[in-house]
Amino acid sequence: MTIEQQIITILAVVAGTMLTRFLPFLIFPEGRKPPKYITYLGTVLPCAVIALLVVYCLRDVVFTDWHGLPEFLAIAFIVFLHRWRKNTLLSIAGGTVFYMLLVQGVFT
Amino acid sequence: MKMQAFKAALPHTLPIAVGFLFLGVSYGFLMRSLGFSFVYPMLMSLFIFAGSMEFVAAHLLLLPFNPWRALGLALMVNARHLFYGISMLDKYKGLGWKKPYLIFGMCDESFTINCTVKLPADVDSGWFMFFVTLLNQIYWVAGATLGSLLGYIIKFDTTGIDFVMTALFVVMFLGQWDEAKEHRPALVGLGCACLCLLLFGGDSFVLPAMALIVLCFTFDRKRAEQTTKEAA
Repeated sequence: MTIEQQIITILAVVAGTMLTRFLPFLIFPEGRKPPKYITYLGTVLPCAVIALLVVYCLRDVVFTDWHGLPEFLAIAFIVFLHRWRKNTLLSIAGGTVFYMLLVQGVFT
Repeated sequence: MKMQAFKAALPHTLPIAVGFLFLGVSYGFLMRSLGFSFVYPMLMSLFIFAGSMEFVAAHLLLLPFNPWRALGLALMVNARHLFYGISMLDKYKGLGWKKPYLIFGMCDESFTINCTVKLPADVDSGWFMFFVTLLNQIYWVAGATLGSLLGYIIKFDTTGIDFVMTALFVVMFLGQWDEAKEHRPALVGLGCACLCLLLFGGDSFVLPAMALIVLCFTFDRKRAEQTTKEAA
């Protein structure tokens, strides 16, 4: 690829990405009230899409040697930490350190 | 007002600073190892600002020139943003010049924080969301640039540190779960995603999962509306 072709390729990726981010706001600008159906989706989608993101992060681990066991243990640890202390930063940091210890020390 | 919003936003972005600096650095490494100068990861992380797509774009640059394939891949990999947009139509309303930037910078992590955090009444939510988005983008661009410039300095074993992103989403999920009266949306998302992952595999399950989620909600709508009425 020449420099020009590389720039065009990157611009195409930027355009595709921005289209997915801006489209809902272009279709339903502030002056126009979105249909009830869309407003309804806006209230239920956040919970569903974060669940989707969790699965998206874990998409490859089921097919590894340990079939996601270290990930499962780390998530269980996060749930425990979060129920216990209710501190977002502590749960995230604790879960990550626990996972790193697992994959570096136990499930190598 | 700005300072207060910044102080409120900063702690929420700290886990992302860790994750983004690490992921950004690995992205910078990758671009360097493919033979690109640091200008590429710097500008790509600044303008594309969608982690997974930038890794894909790195490899696209090595294939024969085909901008349509690049556009199509970007649309598919990032289709989940459509859901974010629909979820944020109301929250991003009336924010003036901040709004286009908030939409431009709506990556998974910024969306997750802006969508779930409940702010005290005295913190301006527009500025809060602006700083969350801006800080996250700064971490990402800084990470990508650093990684391509100084990759050889970092020597400690970072295996597993990318789990910080998973941990973030799990904690946000738990937070939403505890606050919601109705757990069906979360369960629908989890169920559809798992089912489609098993059926379609890791590379292509997101689009079918999104379609299935919308389908489930469409069928569930009448019932859900009734429940909200009763609750209110």
